[in-house]
Amino acid sequence: MKVYYKTLKDLPREELFAPGHRMCAGCGAAIAMRWITKTIGPNAIIANATGCVEVTTTPYPETAWMHPYIHVAFENSAAVASGVEAAIKALRRKGLWDAGDTKVVVIAGDGGTYDIGLQSLSGMLERRHGVLYILYDNEAYMNTGIQRSGSTPKFSWTTTTPVGTAVRGKIQWKKDIMGIVMAHRVPYAATASISHILDMVNKIKTALEYTSEGPTFLHIFAPCVPGWRYPENKTVEVARLAVETGYFPLYEWDHGKLKLNPPSNAHLDKSKRRPLKEYLKLQGRFAHLTDEEIAELEKELDAYWEYLGKLAQL
Amino acid sequence: MQVQKTKHIEALTTNYAVAYAVKAADVDVIAVYPITPQTTIVEKISEFVANGELNAELIHVESEHSALSAVVGAAATGARVFTATSSQGLELMHEVLHIAAGMRLPIVMAVPSRTLSAPISIHGDYSDLMNARDTGWVIYIAASAQEAYDTVIQAFRLAESVSLPVMVSYDGFLMSHTVEPVELNDEEEVRKFLPRAVRPYTLNPKRPVTMGPLASPDWYYEFKYQQVLALKEAYKVAKEVDSEYGRRFGRSYGVVETYRMEDADYAIVAYGGASYGNARAAADLARKRGIAAGVVRVRLYRPFPTADVLKALDGVKAFAVVDRAIMFGSPAEGPLYKDIATAMYMHGIDKPALGVIHGIGQRTMYVEDMYKIYTMLRENPRKEVVFLGVRV
Repeated sequence: MKVYYKTLKDLPREELFAPGHRMCAGCGAAIAMRWITKTIGPNAIIANATGCVEVTTTPYPETAWMHPYIHVAFENSAAVASGVEAAIKALRRKGLWDAGDTKVVVIAGDGGTYDIGLQSLSGMLERRHGVLYILYDNEAYMNTGIQRSGSTPKFSWTTTTPVGTAVRGKIQWKKDIMGIVMAHRVPYAATASISHILDMVNKIKTALEYTSEGPTFLHIFAPCVPGWRYPENKTVEVARLAVETGYFPLYEWDHGKLKLNPPSNAHLDKSKRRPLKEYLKLQGRFAHLTDEEIAELEKELDAYWEYLGKLAQL
Repeated sequence: MQVQKTKHIEALTTNYAVAYAVKAADVDVIAVYPITPQTTIVEKISEFVANGELNAELIHVESEHSALSAVVGAAATGARVFTATSSQGLELMHEVLHIAAGMRLPIVMAVPSRTLSAPISIHGDYSDLMNARDTGWVIYIAASAQEAYDTVIQAFRLAESVSLPVMVSYDGFLMSHTVEPVELNDEEEVRKFLPRAVRPYTLNPKRPVTMGPLASPDWYYEFKYQQVLALKEAYKVAKEVDSEYGRRFGRSYGVVETYRMEDADYAIVAYGGASYGNARAAADLARKRGIAAGVVRVRLYRPFPTADVLKALDGVKAFAVVDRAIMFGSPAEGPLYKDIATAMYMHGIDKPALGVIHGIGQRTMYVEDMYKIYTMLRENPRKEVVFLGVRV
């Protein structure tokens, strides 16, 4: 990661995400959108997948977007962005593009990325379009009212993985989306959390710069108040605990090298991580967990850190 | 306007003719995905790009859904775009067909038509196209390689004039893979016919707009009504574009084409190459045998050219509509038949009209079969749907 912003005072001042949108109080994605739009600057085109962000920011005849913005459908934002990027290339070559070095940015949720949009994402990465793809991960289909996605963690309550006597929440583990993206050998991919703003904006900027080489990817952790069932003033706290317990490690994949970023760079040593329970207990979606289930989650988390440790040594 | 003097004629399949039209139109972005019988279009275009004859970006998408999505993105950015598909590919695009029309994007797509699974068949009929007919696209059905070439060029002009996507369809295999002589226009002249207009609403950071927003019940209906109006406008503009094309390049077709209809008592209404060609041969045969037969071909299928079709059928005693697609469970299984029946009912016209389904899955349709339709019309004029050429 290149460091463009050293302190909070260096952060971009210009607001490019207008107030008056319909996002929930305390929405993690809203925080992400504000920093994404500020950091990418005005000369960018945004392609958005269907989801919470899309429906809450574009109620006709109003819009929260000061960027040129396009939403087409749920599963195709990467394909749409591929077309935008190709169009700019062709028009520039023919002397028909008048806006200079315009960047192309995708914003999509976990449903539109892990599940229904995975094919178009893979196609875009394989073709190496110069597009920054930003996933905001709130770990379920929140737009339709909290249904499980490929990103939902094991044992989590959702409306389609209810906690009953026979089945207790989601049965499967969360899909490793970063692993899938890294397997496409993109120049840059990174994780970020809305609780660690400097880290996040520097990664957005870095990922944007690298689009001159090919596709880049950001996985931004964005807690959801109604979906995760915590009070709306706790969003940043929940996100910070996700990082500090090691649940959501901050790292970047830069040209085939994996590097853990602070504070996650200390977390290979388990004793430096806060207990996972501190993160889980804040959220209603995990309220039903037994000690055995928490132990199983911890075991899986340890295994994940072992895997990350090996990748970091490559 | 001066008609082009020097003639440049090539032996081309309809698919190749379409590729030549795309080259002449100086298209910027083309989404490439293979499906039979479409594939040779994008192969030929890829050759043009590889040889530097066409300055375009090819996007080698991973599905037809992404093919249309990518050209939606490119068209929204202000590029001139093209893609092509058939059959299951058109079905996979279906969701995005509605979106492309709803977003009023001037996309041109070629559809050599092919039947649908199951069972799988790669052969031609119009089942795919007819499933796409109510998506808000302008739809042409061409009847020769020459016409497909001319129609693709007209389609760009129409699409960019009325802000609607346009499909140019024709018979899978019977046309897509059949070689015919095609007169090619001078490319400079085509580019004069298709001037680059700066569209007011595109994705450009200098003039930011939000495209594809959410519309509440307060607004959604108005968007859809505007599409209705745009298609009505397209009916008028399609005729103007065809006339101007005729003045510049010496070939025009109208939105409805007629053959020996001046004094016809009995008519076959058809679309596409094989049906129209066979129907004309059958009309000649019928005329020799003393039946005043004629043929009406619907070239512009959406918006439906109601006035022109009714006018063409004005003097006949009875007619048959030949469909190469089945609308399962419909009161009449032929889609064009149902369109014409509706048009007649709405205009208070009551006439014997036979619905004929034929050529499904490219079942061979003989001129004799078409001739038989004329005898059926003369001997027993009635309203009924018959399935020709099927083993029952």
